[in-house]
This record gives sequence, structure tokens and C-alpha cells, in this order.
Amino acid sequence: MRIVTDPGSQSWYEASARQRIAALVDAGTFEEFLGPAERAMSPHLPLFDLPRAFDDGIVVGRGKLDGRPVLVAAQEGRFMGGAFGEIHGAKLVGLLRAAIASKPAAVLILFDTGGVRLQEANAGETAIAETMRAIVDARAAGIPVIGLIGGRAGCYGGGGLIAGTCSRLAVSESGRISVSGPEVIETNKGAEEFDSRDRALVWRTMGGKHRRLTGAADAYCADTVAAFREAAITLVGTAPAFDLATLEAEQARLEARVKRFGDCRDATEIWARLGVNDPDAVPAMTDAAFAKTASSVTEASHDAR
Amino acid sequence: MTDWRSEKMARDARIEAGRVHAQGKVVRGDAVVDLLEAVLKPGDRICLEGDNQKQADCLARGLAACDPTKIHDLHMVQSGIVLPEHLDVFETGIAKRLDYSYSGPQGGRIAKMLYGGQIELGAVHTYLELFARYFVDLTPNVALIAGVSADRDGNLYTGPNTEDTPTVVEATAFKNGVVIAQVNEIVERVPRVDIPGDRIDFVVEADTPFYVEPLFTRDPAAMTETQILIAMMAIKGIYAEYGVRRLNHGIGFGTAAIELLLPTYAEKLGLKGKIATHWALNPHPTLIPAIESGWVKQVHCFGSEVGMDRYIRERSDVFFTGGDGSLRSNRAFCQTAGLYACDMFIGATLQIDLAGHSSTVTQNRVAGFGGAPNMGSDPHGRRHPSDAWMKAGHEAEIVGDPALMRGRKLVVQLVETFGDKLVPTFVEKLDALELAKKTGLQLAPVMIYGDDVTHIVTEEGIANLLLCRNADEREQAIRGVAGYTEVGRGRDRAMVQHLRERGVIRRPEDLGIEPLDADRSLLAAKSIKDLVHWSGGLYEPPARFRNW
Amino acid sequence: METLHFRHSTQKAASGSKPMAITGVVASGNLEVLLERVLPPDACEVAIETPVGGYGDVWEAVVADFVARTQPGGLRISINDGGARPDTVSLRLAQGARLMEASA
Repeated sequence: MRIVTDPGSQSWYEASARQRIAALVDAGTFEEFLGPAERAMSPHLPLFDLPRAFDDGIVVGRGKLDGRPVLVAAQEGRFMGGAFGEIHGAKLVGLLRAAIASKPAAVLILFDTGGVRLQEANAGETAIAETMRAIVDARAAGIPVIGLIGGRAGCYGGGGLIAGTCSRLAVSESGRISVSGPEVIETNKGAEEFDSRDRALVWRTMGGKHRRLTGAADAYCADTVAAFREAAITLVGTAPAFDLATLEAEQARLEARVKRFGDCRDATEIWARLGVNDPDAVPAMTDAAFAKTASSVTEASHDAR
Repeated sequence: MTDWRSEKMARDARIEAGRVHAQGKVVRGDAVVDLLEAVLKPGDRICLEGDNQKQADCLARGLAACDPTKIHDLHMVQSGIVLPEHLDVFETGIAKRLDYSYSGPQGGRIAKMLYGGQIELGAVHTYLELFARYFVDLTPNVALIAGVSADRDGNLYTGPNTEDTPTVVEATAFKNGVVIAQVNEIVERVPRVDIPGDRIDFVVEADTPFYVEPLFTRDPAAMTETQILIAMMAIKGIYAEYGVRRLNHGIGFGTAAIELLLPTYAEKLGLKGKIATHWALNPHPTLIPAIESGWVKQVHCFGSEVGMDRYIRERSDVFFTGGDGSLRSNRAFCQTAGLYACDMFIGATLQIDLAGHSSTVTQNRVAGFGGAPNMGSDPHGRRHPSDAWMKAGHEAEIVGDPALMRGRKLVVQLVETFGDKLVPTFVEKLDALELAKKTGLQLAPVMIYGDDVTHIVTEEGIANLLLCRNADEREQAIRGVAGYTEVGRGRDRAMVQHLRERGVIRRPEDLGIEPLDADRSLLAAKSIKDLVHWSGGLYEPPARFRNW
Repeated sequence: METLHFRHSTQKAASGSKPMAITGVVASGNLEVLLERVLPPDACEVAIETPVGGYGDVWEAVVADFVARTQPGGLRISINDGGARPDTVSLRLAQGARLMEASA
């Protein structure tokens, strides 16, 4: 018996960066830049006696999405938590800069990162800043930058900052978006403020459902590569223009959000104020039921960014 | 004149002393220590209910808080050493001697105390064996047990985790012992009477609900390709081959993977209804997809599992339930069922030697036995045939008259050749032997003896030990599936090849299995949440297994 | 880090014509295997970087079995190891060889 599975039905959460790309773009269209055979590996990790990866934990290249040319970057969340190192960051920055020259229909960033790699922190921090600058430049040049978030490492630290500069974000239930991670918050503010081992609290506060309901993410996907592909196609088509009106709308949206929810002690209170009937039921909801709930929340969809 | 009723009179005196701290049978939670100091006597044999899952924790804390000048040198007989208090009493001198069965969570500490001589050890038993001794030479003077609720007459509702309670009470109450039960609440009327009130002498209202250990929850998210490959080989090479319908599974990830492959891989092989229909098993959450897909006809349980209660209530065609709707488990009966009415036991172990002896003892952990040696042994008292049992019997070496041939229980060890941190599973010599020497045990703590094992399954293949005709073949069959461990690399390649030609060793390709197909996409559920969805929201996993 | 090199002669060339493939991820208990069709068809080289020292003989046995079974002639195989067990190494090598079987 030969077992055949449809690549699109793969779990996004469980797939590797390469598997995600292969099933995300049109079949057979992906062309990698600076692939593993080039051996562009971290010059820093050997100093710490740590193993390197041939691609330094990020796959970059070009392909087609629904027939249109796109540039794609995918972080591998299992290699050092998908963290940004010097080479890793440079590959992403280079890709974004290449977008301005090659004018693809979009740049897709498949986030899966805990933030900056501790062993090469200065280079990593620089890469975060350069990436945000490059995204802004690409968007200003009329190229939408779409973030897809649903991996093991979530999208934390500098990754959370970069996500904030994207044109549109799609997220699955497993995906978490935040700057400070649960452990960082607990270390600084104490377990009474945020118990990092309370997994339900972590997901309520940073997880995909919450980010979708508050409009931080623009699409919610089931945990399959096919669902992320659908979302990416839709989001490329609905990305807002990058102009003063959009930025002012985003500023107004965020100010209103602080005003409206600033005194909430838990995500469920926010969901209740957003008009969700049974907030306590949200975390256990199936993807289909949640998608329905999210579609009835008006704040979840907007033209800001 | 001989007094034939001295035990009875002693019992009456204990009860009278205890009544001072009770209203009728009911004792307040804060009076536990007073009650125990009144009822217990130095040197008593005490059965403190520490089961596989349910713990009489309020009574355990009470016992540990007793004054060691009043209560000392107790002989503890209990199936599970699970809570810290179970060992604290040996440090303070309240207890001295111990006969037990399982010590999973306290395995490290109990090893230290055994080495240090703080515990005078009787023996480490299997469950059935310890239960049997409650009725012969380890009968308790006092039993300290746990239930969900009781009425003022002492009628006891144990809840889904009945486990050992009926056995302990039977041995104590009918042999002049005193039975003290802790309950979560006193009620007007219990939902169902698991233990009649005339067997219960005192009922303590506990300060907090008793603790239950979620022992049988395996998160599908943690299952590896290697475990899936091993599970595929077991299904095709053993379940299907022998037509195993009646069985017991261990608690490891390998068997959990099998449970999750039934509705997918085994279904594609056309095995539905032909294998794995009747079980002696705790209610494993990973069995939910198989149950929901109509694979499972019946399950009898040793105990329950945290979060499974609502699901079981709604699936009474499959599980044993009481008039109140909740699960009725019973460890003694289920162990007996596993021993006599199942054709196969399949489970994991930590070490296997060249003769096939296995043990879960390592140098610094004594986990005890629990029930595996009962399940994992060939019951010589069995007299009913079944196809699986007879086929295994035919494969074993027959000496003498074939008309007098009997069947064999399939006892299958499912292991990866290396454990955590590259520790080899296959060894020349079991750590258990070293432990026995260091602690002066007469009997080395072997989990399953080699002569009971019929198959060993690893990622490299299946060794069918039934087909081995001498000790040499047996050793090479084991080496032949031991992978890249030292034992595996020490194989006689020619002999292993010969054994493979005879079907004693079968590789994945011999079974028509492509190792590269062993993929997580074959699992019917990939996460705990998938299991919840399969159950229609009836399974309520404990917090540590949730991210919602 | 420990570096290991093995060189084998093979009876035949690896099947397929794909020039390069990669499988696996460098993570705890896992590894990545990069295969490149760059050597003469009767040679196979395997280079390993591993953070777990002292298992040279096990690596040697795993690689030798893989070469005997698969006959990966012409392939240079490079491994970044994250502390994988031998069975995982065998599985990734087999996965890599299967990926190379495709046509270019």
C-alpha cells in the first residue's frame, strides 16, 4: 500500500518551512535564492559549539501565487526557534529590497520566530530594523507585504514588530503574535501578572483567535497549507494602499482600541465588548464556528494598516 | 479457654475509641489526626489507598501528621506509592515496613530510601498478587480509602475511579478490620452504592477533593515518525496476522499511536471488525477516534482517566457504567480480565536483555510493576480457545503429543532501540540485577520474563520469539531488531539473515511497509484538541494538556 | 562540534537525475541532510557535523548500511546534526535518497 497525501491538507503548524512554501505557491514554481548548496551559514554559531543550518533557518526565493509572481520568505521555527541571526536577517532584507527592483504582485513572509538569536544579537537586532525599513519601502513602491502566521515558534520579539509593518496578516489558531513572549512578561512583571505556564492564558492573550477578533490579523485560517494559500490569495487582492490616509486610519484605530479596551483584565472581556455572545466558548470553538463569530465582529475587518 | 473472638473485640474497641471524634460515622476534616491516633496502634498493618490514579490524600496527610511517639512502626500495604506523604511516614518512623506494587512518580525517592535502608521492604508486587495477599497474609488492620461521596450511614459512591476500593474493603471489613473512607462530600443519598455502608466504619469529609493522576493521556502532538512506523508494523505484522480482537494496551506512545492508526491505516487495510474490538483498558483519550469510528465494541476499565467522564457517560454501549450513568471501574476484575480473557498484551519497557527479559528499573528509579506482569504473562490456567491464542500456540515449539497442545498469550514489547538521550533499550545485563544486589532483594525486579515474551517490535522490525528454537536463535532474533545499539551491532549477520528468511525476523519491507510512509498525517488526531473534536466536545482534557 | 568524513565506493550510480535535495531540520533529536550529485558515479561521500561527540562508530555503521542498501553513487551527502538517534539518521538518509530519485 502506497500512502498518498495531498500536500495542501498538511498541517501548517507541523510542516517545515520548505513544505509550507512548496504547497503554498503554485505547484513547481518555487525557485530558491541562496539555497542550501550555497552553504550560507552562520559565522557565529560555531563559536558557541552549536550546530548550523545550511540555509540559516530561512528559505527565500520566488514563485507564482495563483499565476502571479511573488517573492517568498519562510522561517524554520524548529531551527533555533526561527530566530533572526546575521545571515538569516540579511536574506530577508535582501529579498525585500529585490522586490522594489522586480515588482512582484506581493511579498509573502511566513513568520515562525521567537525573535532575535541570542548568540548574534547585534546583527539580529539590526536585521529587524532593516527589515521594517525595507517593508515600508516595498509597500511605498506599491508592493503588498503579506504575513502568514501559524507556526510552532509563533511570531515574537522582532518578528512581532515586523508583522506590525505588513500590509495584511493571516493567522491560524496556533499562531501567536506578540513582541514580549510569555516568559519575558512573567520575568519582568511576575507570575501574578502573567503566568507563562498557563497555556490557555497565553493563547487567549496572543493566539490567532484573539488577534483576529481585534483586527490585528485580517484573516483566520484553518491549520492547513491550503487554507493559508487561499488567505494569501485573498489578502494580496485586498491590501490597502500605503498612503497618509491609511496610516492615519491605523493611528485612529489603535487609539480607539486603547480607549475601548484599556481597562480589560482578560481577553474574554474584550471579546464580550466586541459583541461576542459567549466569550468563554471562543477558545474551544472549531475553526468553522469561529470564522462565523469573527465575521459578525465589525472591528475585526478594517482598511487601516 | 481459647477466645475465638479476640480480633472482633479489638475491632470494637478501636471503633469505640474513634467514635469520640465522630458524629455517628461522620468525622470532620480537621479531626482526621485525632481519629487516626485513636483507631491505629503501633505495628498495625495499614492499607492506605494509593491507587494508580485515585489517592486518599486527605487521610495520607493525616497519617503523616500523626505523633510518631503514639503511632509508629506501621506496616504499609498499598498498591501505589504516589504522593510524597506515602514516603514521609517512613522518614518520621510512623511506618517501617512496606509491601507495594507501583511507585511511578516517587520512583526516584523510593530508590534512595531503599538504598538508605529507611524502608524495610517486603516485596514489590504486581497488582493482582498484592490484592491476593490482602486475603492471605497481608490482611490490613485498618484501611484508609477514598470515594466521591457518602451518606451518613457510610454508603459510598466511589465515582468513576472505583479502582482498588472494593478489594481493599473486602479484605479489611470482613476480617475484623476498620475501614475509614474520605469523601469529597456527605450527601443525603449517593448516586449509586459502590460499597454498602455496613462495610464502612468512619466517613471523613475531606478538605479538598481527592487527587487523581492523569496517567493515561498521551498528547498526539508528541508522536514521532518512528513511533508511527512501529505502530504500522505491529498492526500489520501482529494484530492482522493473529486476528487479535481481545487485548490490553500499555500506556506508552507506541500503543497510543496504534490507537490513532486504527481508523486510518488499519481501516485502509480492511481490518475493521477483525481486530481490536474488545478491550481491558483504561479509558485512553487516544482511543476516542477508534470508538467514534465504530471499531470498539467493549471496554472494561481498571480505573478512569481525568476528563473522560462525560464522554464515557454518553458511550455506555462501549463502557461499563452504573445506574447513575458514570463509569464503574474495578482494578482487580480488569486485571483478571487482562490475564485470562485477552489474547494479547502489548506495551513498552525501558530495558530488554539478550534473553528477552525486560525491566523498567534503572539505577536510580524503582517504578514498581503495577499490572503489566499480570497482563504480560501467559496464564497457564487458561482453558478456553481462540484463534489468536491457538495460532500462537502452534508457532511455539511443540514437544510431545500435538493433541495436547495449548495456546499462547501474545505478549508483545513495543520499543524504540534508543530511548531519551541516546540511552540504548537493548542491554547485555538489566540494571534491575544491579539494584537487586545493592538492596539485597531475593528476586530481581523483572517486569516481564523472557519466556513470556512472544514478539519484540522496534523500528528495525519484528522479532517473533515463538519461532525461535533455541537460546542462540532467540538471542540473534533480539539482536536482529536491536538497531544500532551495541547489542544490535554485535549481531551475527549471517544468522540474522537466516532468521529473516524463516520469518522469525520481519523487516518493514517484508511486511509491505515503506518506512518513508510513516508520517504524522496518518494519525486520526494530531493534537489533544483534535481528540476533543472527535468526542463532540465530551472529552474535557486537564489544563496542562490544553492551550485553550 | 565533531566532524566526521566517510568515503565509500559504490556498485552503481544513485537513481534519478535530480542535482540536489535537502530534507530534515536541525533541531533537537533531528538533523538535516543535503544531497548533491557532484561526484563520479562510483563514489559517495558523507560529511557530518554533530554536537554529540563519541559516536563515530555508530555513524560509520549507519552510513555503511545506507550505502550498501541504496547504492548512492555520485552523491556528496552533508549532514548538520542536532543530536539525532541513529534510526532518525537512517530515515532521513532514505528520505533524501528518495527525493534524489526524481527527474531533474
